[in-house]
Amino acid sequence: MLKARVIPCLDVKDGRVVKGVNFVNLVDAGDPVEAAKAYDAAGADELCFLDITASHEGRDTIYDVVRRTAEACFMPLTVGGGVRTVDDIRKLLIAGADKVSINTAAVKNPDFIRQAAEKFGAQCIVVSIDAKQVNAPGEPERFEIFTHGGRTETGIDAVDFARTAVELGAGELLVTSMDRDGTRLGFNIALTRAIADAVPVPVIASGGVGTLDHMVEGVRDGHATAVLAASIFHFGTHTIRETKTHMAANGIAMRLDA
Amino acid sequence: MLIAIIDYGSGNLRSAEKAFEHAARAHAHTPQVRVTADPDVVARADRIVLPGVGAFADCSRGLKAVDGMAEALIEAVEIKGRPFFGICVGMQLMASRGLEFETTEGFGWIPGDVTAITPDNPALKIPHMGWNTISVTGSHPVLDGLDTGPDGLHAYFVHSYHLAAQDPAHVLATTDYGDTITAIVGRDTMIGTQFHPEKSQRLGLELIANFLDWAP
Repeated sequence: MLKARVIPCLDVKDGRVVKGVNFVNLVDAGDPVEAAKAYDAAGADELCFLDITASHEGRDTIYDVVRRTAEACFMPLTVGGGVRTVDDIRKLLIAGADKVSINTAAVKNPDFIRQAAEKFGAQCIVVSIDAKQVNAPGEPERFEIFTHGGRTETGIDAVDFARTAVELGAGELLVTSMDRDGTRLGFNIALTRAIADAVPVPVIASGGVGTLDHMVEGVRDGHATAVLAASIFHFGTHTIRETKTHMAANGIAMRLDA
Repeated sequence: MLIAIIDYGSGNLRSAEKAFEHAARAHAHTPQVRVTADPDVVARADRIVLPGVGAFADCSRGLKAVDGMAEALIEAVEIKGRPFFGICVGMQLMASRGLEFETTEGFGWIPGDVTAITPDNPALKIPHMGWNTISVTGSHPVLDGLDTGPDGLHAYFVHSYHLAAQDPAHVLATTDYGDTITAIVGRDTMIGTQFHPEKSQRLGLELIANFLDWAP
């Protein structure tokens, strides 16, 4: 049977891991490729790079990182951050990415999703949805898309946008609860579930993981088929193996052979 | 041993190239892995790999757009009997027909249609994306020693369609996703996997190594 996926996400800036990765035995903890290899060996089900390089000149560094990772890791790799054109996607795929996630560009111009999916196939187009819960307590739940790292509100309903993105060809959705990101309070389960139940494609839950129980909740209660986390792994709070064993102990089918 | 990975503009070939090099080295073969759009290289190759991502019709068009490639492939596989490995849509192209978006002819090596996966359980998402186990239903040298079955190693799948083979003898392994899904097909000197061996860590690398060791 199909297993739930655990996906560590690395923020990469100018070709280096932001904040470093707290692993033993890494020659260079700031090298994304070293970190990727460690996660590969640790049994991660996929890997995600989020390129947060600000300068235009620095953006080419991600292609080299992806190229070197693809040479060393035989596991699926998703790359996102600043993807704006069909050519950006092409370059990432040629470098060795399996999937590319698009965020702001998809919100600004949903037709970009269609262009990308037609060109490369829905299976490699992940639409990343950053949303916050905007209803007042007691009101019906409502979630809105935010762009630019959660700073810019768009007025777009997140569940409606998710449906549109899938109709246009998104093969997977990465749903990040911006009101939880960095809080370690757990995913916004209402958001994850509202989107997962609204679309036929797989949903990755992201944003807010602080404990292993949160990972369980993402799949069990949020109906996600994959859970993504960053700091819980990077800081060495928990290993991939501990996470997967804990999820399995809570009744979620996991891949424990790696 | 010259291993030709056919490049017809379908996605990421770097992982496939690296996985074949890795597996070849592990089995003491001298890896000469060529990602190529040149039909002459395919004609000379000892092993031929046809990858493919995206839609069946797109891949079929892409392959036909490379002058002489389909002909070189047919000659190498059907006439010379060179060992062939189709991956994902490259495996689906071995079928008689693909029914994704439009009806498109395949090579017809594995009689049957490539049809949409329609699990009864609405909670099962499409694409079938992620790690799943495989159950071996036939016997084949490329499957020797692989740890399969419900408690075995996992393979990485990403697909919404699968090859419904007419002859059960052509299905070497299946996977379970609300229904029985074709995971590996094979006959004579050809095999194909719906999953991505180049992304399937140990299971994938061992399968590739077996394919390279195979001397049909």
